[in-house]
Amino acid sequence: MNKFWIVLSHTYLSKLKTKSFIISTIIMMALILVLTNISKLIDTFDSDDQEKVAVIDQTENRLFAPYKSAVAGVNEDLSVLSAKDEKEAEEMVSAEEIVGYLLIENDDSVGFKGTYKANQISDSMVSNDLLLALTQLKSQITTKELKLTEQQIAQLNTPPAFETIALQKNAKTEEDLNQARGLVYVLLFVIYFGVLMYATMIAMEVATEKTSRVMEILISSVPPVTQMFAKIIGVALLSLTQMILFFGVGYFSIKQNLTGMNEGFFSFFGFGNINISTIIYAIIFALLGYLLYATLAACLGSVVSKIEDVQQMISPMTMLVVIAFMIAMFGLGNPSASYITITSFIPFFTPMIMFLRVGMLDVPFWEIAISIAVLILTIVLLGIIGAKIYRGGVLMYGSSKSLKSIMNALQLSKKH
Amino acid sequence: MALQIKEVTKKFGDFTAVNQLDLTIPEKEMFGFLGGNGAGKTTTFRMVLGLLDPTEGEISWEGKKIDYTNSSLIGYLPEERGLYPKLKVRDQIVYLARLRGMNKRDALKELEYWLDRFMVPEYIDKRVEELSKGNQQKIQLIASMIHKPELLILDEPFSGLDPVNVEILKKAVIDLRDGGTTIVFSSHRMEHVEEMCEHLCIMHKGSPVVAGKLKEIKRSFGKKNVSIKADFDLSFLDTYPGVTKVKNTMEGKILQVTGEDVAETMIRDLVPKGFVRKFELEEPSLTDIFIEKVGAVYE
Repeated sequence: MNKFWIVLSHTYLSKLKTKSFIISTIIMMALILVLTNISKLIDTFDSDDQEKVAVIDQTENRLFAPYKSAVAGVNEDLSVLSAKDEKEAEEMVSAEEIVGYLLIENDDSVGFKGTYKANQISDSMVSNDLLLALTQLKSQITTKELKLTEQQIAQLNTPPAFETIALQKNAKTEEDLNQARGLVYVLLFVIYFGVLMYATMIAMEVATEKTSRVMEILISSVPPVTQMFAKIIGVALLSLTQMILFFGVGYFSIKQNLTGMNEGFFSFFGFGNINISTIIYAIIFALLGYLLYATLAACLGSVVSKIEDVQQMISPMTMLVVIAFMIAMFGLGNPSASYITITSFIPFFTPMIMFLRVGMLDVPFWEIAISIAVLILTIVLLGIIGAKIYRGGVLMYGSSKSLKSIMNALQLSKKH
Repeated sequence: MALQIKEVTKKFGDFTAVNQLDLTIPEKEMFGFLGGNGAGKTTTFRMVLGLLDPTEGEISWEGKKIDYTNSSLIGYLPEERGLYPKLKVRDQIVYLARLRGMNKRDALKELEYWLDRFMVPEYIDKRVEELSKGNQQKIQLIASMIHKPELLILDEPFSGLDPVNVEILKKAVIDLRDGGTTIVFSSHRMEHVEEMCEHLCIMHKGSPVVAGKLKEIKRSFGKKNVSIKADFDLSFLDTYPGVTKVKNTMEGKILQVTGEDVAETMIRDLVPKGFVRKFELEEPSLTDIFIEKVGAVYE
């Protein structure tokens, strides 16, 4: 047991001190800071960007003044100024004083019509705002002409009441579902990257020890099983350290902008009211998923003879993770589909897909329990077989063809 | 009791790596393990260390099987560099020493002692990949013996080193033996074994060809070498009865003869022919024995 702790702390501390680890952690934290402050950042870059549009009023100038105030009501960053004719407006466009100009003309059938002309019409924001203001102006004028009362106007503008209600008792409401989707989406990404990154780290670590032959010394003083699990748990602690840092920075930064979180960009991700049970399940499934794939990665890493072969060797494992992630992504739109239910019980997919179901639906507890039990059983089985492969694999040098070398490794570790 | 290898055989599928190896390696001595590549030396070492299980037979140290309960009594230097390339010398030696049951403080103290002794104290904060092969080998040797093992297994400890470094490391290993460590080492270099070992074993294709005390091996080999320098033509000696091998040198010949009696009659025949500058009867070298037994020239 003592040696277990020595290997564990060595794995943890030596990885923690590497430059690549420190640099990648700092970069990720910076990225999180940027992401969580994105609405602020967009504001700072956009604030000095006052856009101007010229209006040529060909309705005896009766519309310009009310239109100007209507535009100001729609978008305060957009301002209009008056122009005599198209020639003057075109000159202003080429002098880059304005982005475009709007021609308002009388129209017999509908009252008046607008034509927007600009160098670039790809920026639909401006034309949309102009149209919106024009529509508002028109309804204002029309209601005035029709001599409607305030009440009548209000009635005209009120949309009909519309609600969606789930018939199942505990089913999440549409609003809940949308919020859950955002959170699950983000956490799925975290699980995906976490599993892939740290499992690869294990494979690299084992392969490095093997190719540098330090393994022969290690294995003569520490049993391979102890070594393998000490390493896996050491890297797990490392990943937890990193995750705590990331989430800490993220949480702190989000809290700073808490008012901004419930609106606009962030409301989509459902950060407004984070569901604690979803987070707990995310941690459970991320850890179990990591254990499963890390054990697999340790075995695969132990059979390669050259560090360059590691990527090739673990590619089947990477494919499994990617497939699980793809299924989960498809499942986000329709989490109750039968293929999602089935795949959520396949241990290699469980960490992501069962988590998706738990996050999005109300899954009976026994289903979760079964999937976790199957997952743990698979991890234990893989651990037992893996330890054998590991024991044989680390002494095996030569060409590394996945399946064949795994069989050889098993053969080598056999007791006679 | 010592290290006992009892009728050990190791098979990998159809291939027999070690065949019926039966050896007793005495305590507090240096034991030489000779043999070409693929002779089964490394496989034997791995079985001694408990990394591989013998197909047949048993290996025991002081009457007990070597496993993880007594692995801190054993030191091992693998054939190729076995260190973390990216780790600093201090971190790695302390780590490996702790795995062999030492505490951190003692490990550091020992490390400093050995680095001083090898005249490289400045390497303590260097990464292994920054060191030359010879210096890596010094670090490697420190790693294998820092915990003062009872049994030290050195797989090709002196390969790829310059003569000065070989001497430094040899001295350290000899001191360790004098301190009571049993040392088993393999080598391609006959002269190292000849110089340092009392007992030895020559392996060929998994089987021991010769095993025992160096002196007895030489005596029982029977054949001797005669080195001759003379002012007259020596070509008649090529077909002289009892001569088994002839090697021409610049000024004379080195002959392998079947025994001392051949040398005795030979010198009587030589003296009347003229002035003999040199006539020396030598013990056969280990190289001679190796070549004879293994049947191939080996450098």
